[in-house]
Amino acid sequence: MKKIFGYPESLTPSPTHYCPGCTHGTIHRMVAESLDELGLRERTVGIAPVGCSVLAYNFFNCDMFEASHGRAPAVATGAKRCRPDMIVFTYQGDGDLASIGMAEIIHAANRGEKITVIFVNNAIYGMTGGQMAPTTMPGQVTTTCPFGRDPGHEGYPIRVVELLNTLKTSAFLARVAVHTPLSIIEAKKAIREAFRLQSEDVCFTMVEVLSVCPTNWGLTNTESNKWLEENMVPYYPLGVLKRPDGDETPTPETVASMEGA
Amino acid sequence: MPKIVVDEKRCKGCERCKEACPQGVISMSDKLNEKGYFFAVPKDQPRCLGCMLCAISCPDVAIEVFVHGTQYQFVSY
Amino acid sequence: MAKVLMKGCEAIGEAAIRAGCRNFFGYPITPQTEVPEYLAKRFPEVGGVFVQAESEVAAINMLYGGAGMGKRVLTTSSSPGISLMAEGVSYIAACHLPVVLVNIVRAGPGLGGILPAQSDYLQATKGHGHGDYKLVVLAPSSVQEAVDLIYEAFDLADRYLTPVMVMGDGMIGQMMEPVELPAMRDLDDLPVKPWATTGAKGRKPNIINSLYLKEEECNANNWKLKEKYDEIERNEKRSETYACRGEKLDVLIVAYGTMARICKTAADEVKRVDKKKIGLFRPITLWPYPYEALAKEALKAKRVLVVEMSTGQMIEDVKLAVLGKRPIDFYGLTGGMVPSPDDVAAKLREILK
Repeated sequence: MKKIFGYPESLTPSPTHYCPGCTHGTIHRMVAESLDELGLRERTVGIAPVGCSVLAYNFFNCDMFEASHGRAPAVATGAKRCRPDMIVFTYQGDGDLASIGMAEIIHAANRGEKITVIFVNNAIYGMTGGQMAPTTMPGQVTTTCPFGRDPGHEGYPIRVVELLNTLKTSAFLARVAVHTPLSIIEAKKAIREAFRLQSEDVCFTMVEVLSVCPTNWGLTNTESNKWLEENMVPYYPLGVLKRPDGDETPTPETVASMEGA
Repeated sequence: MPKIVVDEKRCKGCERCKEACPQGVISMSDKLNEKGYFFAVPKDQPRCLGCMLCAISCPDVAIEVFVHGTQYQFVSY
Repeated sequence: MAKVLMKGCEAIGEAAIRAGCRNFFGYPITPQTEVPEYLAKRFPEVGGVFVQAESEVAAINMLYGGAGMGKRVLTTSSSPGISLMAEGVSYIAACHLPVVLVNIVRAGPGLGGILPAQSDYLQATKGHGHGDYKLVVLAPSSVQEAVDLIYEAFDLADRYLTPVMVMGDGMIGQMMEPVELPAMRDLDDLPVKPWATTGAKGRKPNIINSLYLKEEECNANNWKLKEKYDEIERNEKRSETYACRGEKLDVLIVAYGTMARICKTAADEVKRVDKKKIGLFRPITLWPYPYEALAKEALKAKRVLVVEMSTGQMIEDVKLAVLGKRPIDFYGLTGGMVPSPDDVAAKLREILK
């Protein structure tokens, strides 16, 4: 028999500490598959955030950094400017990227650092126990907006890829989701495209991934998928928002099988 | 005949694979694994199409998919 | 080698290049902005990469990234910017990474002023970032010494895998003095860094991390750091004395950086006019502080006078060195005011009465 779907080389064998059904695992796997398919593992360095994925350095089988909260794009800038021949990616959550790290992500994107940013948006702060994030939806209950987020008091959620889309610097900006198998397939295309563009030295690349957090949303897996579909997707539209200048529709290679890579 | 292999130890019983499978191949076991989860089991293996949607959905990379010879590619992943 | 007349900031930039630094990440702040400006122009000539970061917070994290890649990296800033870097330096120290920082101290606290001061001593030697770590702090008193110490700081940082700060003040940054620049280091001749994250080809991945959730592992990292600092304390204490050769002094002045030069002039004046024996002790490493050397010199004098451009920071270390064996006086002006030799002489005369 032939194996057509197996364990990526760019993931360590370690089981993850993420909650059952947490889509961090899916996203980690897709990043790892992309690195494998493009043959990038041996010249990649990833930068872990502070958040649920703080221990990402235990799961990715490549050189890794642990950055301080929000500063991963700055660490990535330092790494990439010192070694432009390497593939540098950051993996960040909503607090890390859209709250404390807002200045760093905007400026890394604006300078056009040729890095890949994976932004996991689950509309809440997971690791610290379910507080409001800049991406929390209006009406959503969290521990620091226990009566539901009130736009009059807490403002509206921030749409990060749209924000970065106002910058003139060339970039690849996409938003995807991972709550259904078909959305995961689209997500994989965007993530691989982002790494492919970096491997060809094209531009800043970022993929925002709408994800679930069943534990802190207080919902089952099935309910979480539904909640994401009904509440987040309408507000955070999916799709590729920006492609590098002068580029027509990029055509990621279709991979027929997971074997080899 | 395509088949899937589930790593019981890695499975956290999130049931994403069960939901993803269009063929109803997967059920959750009634035994707990060592981490205390009801893990996924391919109870109806003959119905497997090799579409890989279960493996694609698994956050714990607990599923491997095997096929014989020529396999219809349901999704480009 | 010929001497060149250079502004302190520019000499600092050039010294870093000579030491093998090709990556700078920093932010403008008076009175050190000339360093990034100089490097922005000079780096392309030597294949260096200059990045103006969006803030000092970003700059120190860029430094962290660059250091982890195994490169010699530099940032320069001034007091408020150095405050912003505190968390980043804690991370760098915890990860055993080499970086060189320069603080061109200005008046504080808060926005303070843009003129020179020495009010960051405690920040650099006792405080700054959180956790049990130390910053190696070198204090030059001339532009030439700044050049020499920067050049050496990169070697110290690489040898001990630790952040090293060269602490000047606005005068060092802004004045022009003749300097002899060191030879350009061969980039292929720099220390090898097998721990750097240069790509996991043919080896296990390297991880640059300071998170240790298991308390035994965190404890172990702390003691590993302590061992390193103990070794630095054994090997790297530096100081200089002036006119201390006799056994009996009336006053021993303790001052560092540019204040030491001013105090030297004041000491000479009081020696010549009042016929008193005034010696000067100048610590060059503020951490590790040369307590033993100072204790020895202090016993030669009847009193000790500490002179700083602050309200009294290094005096705490002087008290630790002297251990109550001699009376200690203090003279300080801060906020950007620089004591003149006459000011110091007046204080000397006052305490000699």
